Order: sequence, then structure tokens, then C-alpha cells
Amino acid sequence: MLDLRKDFPILRGTDVVYLDSAATAQRPACVMEAERAFNDERNANPLRGLYAWSMEATEAYERARQTVADFVHARQPEEIVFTRNTTEGLNLIAYTWACTNLRPGDEVLVTVMEHHSNLLPWQMACERTGATLRFLECDQRGVFPEEAMRAAVTERTKLVCMGHVSNVFGRVNPVEKMAELAHSVGALMVCDAAQSAPHIALDVQKLGVDFLVFSGHKLCGPMGIGALWARMELLEDMPPFLRGGEMIEYVTRDSATWAEVPHKFEAGTVNASGAVGLEAAIRYLQTAGLETIESHVNALTERALKGMQALPHVHVIGSENAVEHSGILTFTVDGVHPHDIAAIFDSDRICIRAGHHCAQPLMKHLGVGSTARASIYLYNNEQDVDRFLESLATLRSRMGYGE
Amino acid sequence: MENRSFYNEVLTEHNMRPDFKHDLPDANLVLEGVNPSCGDDIYLKLKVEGDTIVDGAFVGDGCAISQASADIMLGMIVGLPKDEALHLADCFIRMIKGTASEEEIEELDEAGALRDISHMPARVKCAVLGWHTLEEIFKNPEKARPKAD
Repeated sequence: MLDLRKDFPILRGTDVVYLDSAATAQRPACVMEAERAFNDERNANPLRGLYAWSMEATEAYERARQTVADFVHARQPEEIVFTRNTTEGLNLIAYTWACTNLRPGDEVLVTVMEHHSNLLPWQMACERTGATLRFLECDQRGVFPEEAMRAAVTERTKLVCMGHVSNVFGRVNPVEKMAELAHSVGALMVCDAAQSAPHIALDVQKLGVDFLVFSGHKLCGPMGIGALWARMELLEDMPPFLRGGEMIEYVTRDSATWAEVPHKFEAGTVNASGAVGLEAAIRYLQTAGLETIESHVNALTERALKGMQALPHVHVIGSENAVEHSGILTFTVDGVHPHDIAAIFDSDRICIRAGHHCAQPLMKHLGVGSTARASIYLYNNEQDVDRFLESLATLRSRMGYGE
Repeated sequence: MENRSFYNEVLTEHNMRPDFKHDLPDANLVLEGVNPSCGDDIYLKLKVEGDTIVDGAFVGDGCAISQASADIMLGMIVGLPKDEALHLADCFIRMIKGTASEEEIEELDEAGALRDISHMPARVKCAVLGWHTLEEIFKNPEKARPKAD
């Protein structure tokens, strides 16, 4: 078992049990330290390096880009565009590639289990271009049958969008297979890696996707920094997303030419200290080892899942197998609304999520109104899981049910 | 019996054994109320004759606070003229926001059991859902006419 709790200032000397890492992860001291060092020692506007601090700021920012490129196995650092988060990355693709390339009659395929941020941008792009939005359905356990995947891709499909790991099921989706199917009809493949980046070593070459996006804050980095990866030739062809400072080459009264990729997509002053913090988070995960983190998370998930399965009124959504959850345990309790579940956990100083998890079409598809979710990450330990299970076992009696 | 109940007994009882959670086929005003933050979703159904609420019920689902609050509300407003019901709604919503006087809270009778919700900001929308839907029904009754199937 990993013992990393001490690295996280917010978890030191508190009895709070944090089980909402799928919403946002806690940050280790080294991430805050990296941001502090940037702010205290070299804060200046990067990319305008005419003096030492600015050159150092530029260097730190571009080194972070290299680290992110290596993290996802990009061919070159220029294929990484820094964004605010996954949502911004997906919107960038929708407003630039999708709005320029989609035509009436084209189809965009999304899955029914997507987070709203991997759905609403495509609704918008389809509305603007006259393309049609199609859905790939999953079964009740969150599995996409292969026949359904094959049938969903047609010669009209131009774009396929799939989350790598669902924020409800935690199961790893068949992104490689889907990318292959997309490419077989000449479509491009978008992968939302928001939930997978904290857990799985990402390799865009192996996944075979064309776009991949993730957020820093879910992998122990700061909020407000994320990344988009796309193949260079796509980025070269795409128009800019936001226009303004830092993204131009030459501007006249009524026209402009764009800066080189990736700066073309990074309008305005960038979040350099955030990028530096993200780099520190990636290095922290790499030092612990993503495989070591995953076996730690899986062992705790196993302990939690077994305990939950032993409680008669508790129902876990998705696989019965702990290793197919990426630490995400979405559940319901008979007769207790998820909002009340969360309130009772909160009174026991345990943080969990309740609601529709920004996946309302999926909730409808599964026939559940809303659900509760506990999510486990590298700083959790067996005591956390046991405290969670203890509270869970008493929930119904505390709502007035005699057991 | 040991009291291990998380919410107070009034709330727990109304949640578990609601008196007014059922269909009301002869309702002439029906409106959906939704609290997107926790997915509470109810239909408030009223039978109004002249200016009097002669019967009422709700269906749907939601957290204990939303369900108990709607149930308590119906117990108080059935039989009341519309204006008195709206006055209670106004008192209730202000109680939850923490701006009602002690006299007004007393007027709210059983609904006063929910006064502590004013200290739970995340649950305000749950508590006022039924009452807010009541206000909406009378604000725009045309929108609340049940459609013929």
C-alpha cells in the first residue's frame, strides 16, 4: 500500500475522508511549491522574453509543455495546446475543427455515457453546421457491445467522441477499437481523457486517436490548467479558437495572420504558473508510478466494493469487478435520496458526490434519477474505506428505517 | 428508542410516510417543479374551486427535505383560500432564507420544523421546491392547466 497522505497538506492532521477525487483531486505540496517558485522567482509574461525573468518564465512554460507531450506520447511538444480544462479543450475542437469541417448530412457520433462537456459542444457544432448527432448506447453495466459500435459508424460519420473512462462507471472504454472503426470510414476520433489521465498511462499513438483532452486538477495539478493534444497536421489546418494577444503573426487594420501552432490556440496571457504546477503534478504521479497508483486504487476499490456488496440495500452501478472501476463507485441506497446520502456522509466528515454527475442522458438511459459516488485515489487508505463503509451501513436507520 | 435519526422526526416521518404523495386525477392545476442541483423533480397537483384549494397532492421523487416539505405544505394549504396559501409560501421561503420573524415562523406551524435548513445552504432549493412551485402555479395558472390526453 502506498502511504502518500503526508504529501498532501490538506489531508495532514484532519480526520476528513476525501472520496471525491473524480470531481477534483487534492494537490501535493510539491505542486504548490512549484507554483510558488514560479511566482516568487520568475513571474513575468512569457513569450515576450526581452529580459531574464520573462525568458525564464517562457522556458518554464515551454518545459511544462514538453512534460505534457511526453506524458501522452506526443510526437512533438507543439502538439500540446494548454487550455483551462477538459471542457475548454472539447469546445476548442468543436468551434474550430467541427464548425469548419462538418456539413449537412454528416454525422457526429457520441456515446450516451459522456459527461455533458463531451456532449454539449457537439450539440452546438451540429446545430451550426446542419450535421446530425448520433448516439452509441451502452448496456446497463456500461459496456459497449461490439456490434453496436460497428453499427453506429456509417459512411456519413465524420467525428466520433468517446470518454476514455466514464465518470459514472469508471470502466475503461474501447477507445482504440472505436478509433479504428472511425478511421475505417475516414472519420476523426476525439478522446476525453479527463477521468483516465489520473489513472492510466496515456499513449496517443497506441490509442490511435486524433484529439485527446484532459484537465490538470483531476491528476493533482492546479485548477484552471488543462491540455489538448492533436496531430500536428490537424492543428495546422484548424482556424484559431479565441483571437487576440499572443496568437498573431502580423496584424493590419482589417486582417491578421496567425502565430505558429500551438500559440495560434493560446490567445491572451497564458496560465504559466498553472502549467508549471501541472508539470509538477505529472512528475509526482510518475515518481509514484501510475501502475503502482492503480494497484493501490484497485485494492482499496476491492475493499470498498466487497463491503458495499454485503449491504442489502446498496446497489453499485457498473462492473462487479473492482479493477473495472478506476476507483469510481457510483451507487444508490434503497429509500434514501443521494442528496440525503451526501448530507449524512458530510456529517460524518466524509466527502462524496451526489447528483446526476453531469451525465443526465446516461442517468435517463439507466433509469436512475440521481446517484451517489465515492471515488478513490492515491492518498486514500484502508481507514478511509472502512469509515465510508461504516457510515454507509447506518444510512438507512438514520433516515428512520427500522432494519 | 435511541434517536439516531439524521433529520428531525417531523421531516423523517413526512418523507417516509407522506400523506399527500399520490395522483390527483381531478386536479385542475398541475405544474412540474425541478431542482437540478440534486435532481428533485415533483409535480404539484391542485384542485381549485373559485379561490379555494379544495384538494392537493404531489408525485415525483427527490431528497427527504424536498419530499417532506411538499407533504407538509399540502397538509397546510388544502382547504385554504389561494391568498392565504401564498402568504404561507412567502413566510416559508423567507424562513428558509433566514428573514422571517418569530411570529411568521409560528404561523407556519409544522413547516417550522424545517427552519434549520436555513443553516444548510446546499439544501435551500430542496426545501422551497414545493412552495416555489405553488407560487408559480398561481403566478401563471394558464401554464398549469392539465393538457387533455
